[in-house]
Amino acid sequence: MSASTATLSSVTLTLLEGFGTTAQLFVLTLVFALPLGLLLSFGSMSRFMPLRAAVKTVVWVIRGTPLMLQILVIFFGPRLLWGFDLLSRFVAALIAFVINYACYFSEIFRGGIQSVPRGQYEAGQVLGMTRSQIFFRVTLMQVIKRVIPPMGNEFINLVKDTALARTIAVYEVLWMGESYIKSAGLIWPMFYTAVFYLVFNGILVLLFGWLEKKLDYFR
Amino acid sequence: MPILEVNHISKNFGPTRVLTDISFSLERGKALAIIGSSGSGKTTLLRCLNFLETPNDGQIIVNGKTLFDAADHAAKSDAEIRKRRLHFGMVFQSFNLFPQYTALENVMLASLLLAKERPDYKQNRREIHEEIEHQAIDLLSRMSLEGRMSHYPHQLSGGQQQRVAIARALALHPDILCFDEPTSALDPELTGEVLRVIRSLAEQRTTMIIVTHEMAFARDVADHILFMDGGVIVEQGTPEALFENTQNERTRAFLHRFSQNS
Repeated sequence: MSASTATLSSVTLTLLEGFGTTAQLFVLTLVFALPLGLLLSFGSMSRFMPLRAAVKTVVWVIRGTPLMLQILVIFFGPRLLWGFDLLSRFVAALIAFVINYACYFSEIFRGGIQSVPRGQYEAGQVLGMTRSQIFFRVTLMQVIKRVIPPMGNEFINLVKDTALARTIAVYEVLWMGESYIKSAGLIWPMFYTAVFYLVFNGILVLLFGWLEKKLDYFR
Repeated sequence: MPILEVNHISKNFGPTRVLTDISFSLERGKALAIIGSSGSGKTTLLRCLNFLETPNDGQIIVNGKTLFDAADHAAKSDAEIRKRRLHFGMVFQSFNLFPQYTALENVMLASLLLAKERPDYKQNRREIHEEIEHQAIDLLSRMSLEGRMSHYPHQLSGGQQQRVAIARALALHPDILCFDEPTSALDPELTGEVLRVIRSLAEQRTTMIIVTHEMAFARDVADHILFMDGGVIVEQGTPEALFENTQNERTRAFLHRFSQNS
């Protein structure tokens, strides 16, 4: 890549290619981390002490160490310990994101579930509902309503955190934009890269605003 | 035969004993009021009847059938307890309506879920649904809430919410309807409408247990009064016996305190 080939359209194409990877990371992380986070939140509220302690320890370790470090360990760990790459770069980054975000999600879910008043469960109980009926028919909607604002924050963080995948040379959008600094001495592709993040997050903000409004019918 | 017999119920919260040797019975179609100061164990007793708390001792017998016996309670499955608690209906102090459902949906939800367990549900789905909806509309009308069926709880006043909660409890046809201080969370001008509904239920011979601080109401509506203090039944009897002719020092002191405060 030389300065002469760095036209607006070529940069656009390169960044779009990188953004495809970014979007894939984002979507796949959510697909796996949301259900895993819900499971972890149940674990952290379990009456079975060893399970609760185990989950709380995992959440503490994952939230207490840098995501970048986790990505490095998951990718380079197998190579340095066993001498071969267990995972592709993309999959290693994805696993790190899923574990990391599931831990944050689990705390948000736990907060949401515990903020539903006891009286809601009791009302369900005295009406003869089963535990799962109470969860799905009574609690869940109230939890969803409560977790949407903090989830919006996490989603926006995740969009930006996908850039950390460049640490192990996953060619996401930041990597692509950065390449023009070294190869062509150009800074404007960096700003162009920023536009990709801004637009993506702008869409998310609108989406979450719409969702919040949708659930405004009850309090 | 009494519809409800409570025999020697005791309940501890950790080392604290909150109910001691509670026994009473209730005839079908009668209203029982439980009075006493805060912390006397009234609410805990009601929660024991609804299986929200598990007594450490004693039995609960409904229609001659033992619903609860502390001696063999541990062996009971969730499903069994679920079925048994349906003999009781419960109206909470804080209403506890489901906020994401309309008044009508609140009343219908539990009936619909129970109907799904019926073997004929799949074939007669539409009829069953209609029947449940009719019943819910009828109940809400009896609560004078015809115009509020599609309102969500936050769009209703406290008094209206509590009346929806009463309709919701009645929808499952409980043998005994329990009220836990049904007007304590209401503004004074809204208590009247809820008390009127409870009074009309009493006139229709609904078997009820009412935990209340409304002395005049208890005296007027209840057939039988239970006065509790410190986790024991201090005295029980007809409203006249308790309010006018009590020989008991503690009852007298409580009633005196109450008439001074109100």
